[in-house]
Amino acid sequence: MRRLVYLLPILLVAALVAVFWRGLDPARDKSALPSALIGQPAPALDLPPLREGDPSFSLAAFKGKPVAVNFFASWCLPCRAEHPLLSRIGDEFGIPVVGIAYKDTAANARGYLAELGDPYAAIGQDESGRAGIEFGLTGVPETYILDGEGIIRYRLAGPISPENFADQLAPEIRAVLQ
Amino acid sequence: MTAWRALLAVLILALAWPAMAQEAQLADPQLEQRARDLAREIRCVVCQAQSVADSDADIAKDMRILIREQIVGGRSDQEIRDYLVARYGDFVLFEPPFKASTYVLWIGPFALFGLALLGTVVFFRRRAASPGAVTALSAEEQRRVAELLAEGDNQTLDKGPGDKGPGDKGSGA
Repeated sequence: MRRLVYLLPILLVAALVAVFWRGLDPARDKSALPSALIGQPAPALDLPPLREGDPSFSLAAFKGKPVAVNFFASWCLPCRAEHPLLSRIGDEFGIPVVGIAYKDTAANARGYLAELGDPYAAIGQDESGRAGIEFGLTGVPETYILDGEGIIRYRLAGPISPENFADQLAPEIRAVLQ
Repeated sequence: MTAWRALLAVLILALAWPAMAQEAQLADPQLEQRARDLAREIRCVVCQAQSVADSDADIAKDMRILIREQIVGGRSDQEIRDYLVARYGDFVLFEPPFKASTYVLWIGPFALFGLALLGTVVFFRRRAASPGAVTALSAEEQRRVAELLAEGDNQTLDKGPGDKGPGDKGSGA
C-alpha cells in the first residue's frame, strides 16, 4: 500500500505526458470541431431555388435515399478547388449532390456555376447564412452525407481533395449505401 | 496633419467599439441587453477565443442577428443556448456545462488541492508522532545548553572545549 502511494506521482506525470503528447501530435487538426449534428436528423431546409425555373428548394424532398449536401459560395476559393470532385460523387456512387449557395448573391452564384459547371441536383439559396447555422457550419466548403432517413452521417469541413475523397468521403458514402 | 490625426482617432474608435454596438439593435433596451449578455457567452466558431459579441467574423454577425431574432420571437436565453449547442456542441459556450464528461474539469482542481492539503497534514502529523522527533529538551539537555551558552559568552568561539559550532548536529546527548 505504501509503495503504491510512492508510485502515484509517477503515474500522474505519465498521464499528463500522455495528454500533452496527444496535444502536440502534428497530425491532429486543431481547428476541427466535433460535429454535434452527426447522427441527428438533418434540418429541413426550405430555401428559394438558385436556378431560375426550379421548384422551391426543400431538403426534405430528398428523404428516402442517401444524399450529399455541399455548401459553396462564389467568393470561396477552396470551393473552386473541390468543384471538379463534386461530380465524381454522383458518377461513382449514383447519389444526388445538393448544393447550398452560402451567403452569396444569386447573380454571383449563378455566374460561378456557369463558369465551372453545375454538378447539383438542386440548389438552395442561403443568402442570410441561416441554413449554414442550422447545419452547424463553420465555413465553406463543407460537405455532409445524409442517409436515406435524412440522418447526418458524415461531415467534411473544408475542400474535398483527391486524397480525402478516397480515404474518407468514399468509404463514408459506401457505408451509408449499404 | 490634423486630418491624419482625426482619421487615426476614428480608426482607433472603430476598432475599440464593440462589434455589437455598430449594427441594428433592438428597440427595447432590456431585450437588447439580454441579446448582448447572451452574445458574450457564445463563442465565435471560427475565431475560437472571441465571443460572438466581440467578433467581426461574418458568422458571428449572423449569430448575433439570430440571437436578436429569437429573443424578439419570445425564446428564453436557455432555449437559444440549447439551439446553438444542438448545432455546434458545448464548444459554443464559453462556460462548459457541469455534466459527467466535464466533472474532471470542474472538480479536478479542488480535488487536487484537497489531496495536496491532506498529504501535507498527514506528512506533518507523522513527523510529529515519529519517535526520533525533536520535542522539548530534557532537563539534562537544558543544563548543557545553558553551560555552552555561558562558555560562549566568556571565551572566543574557536577555543572552548564544548564548542562545536551552531550547525553541528553530531554533538551532545
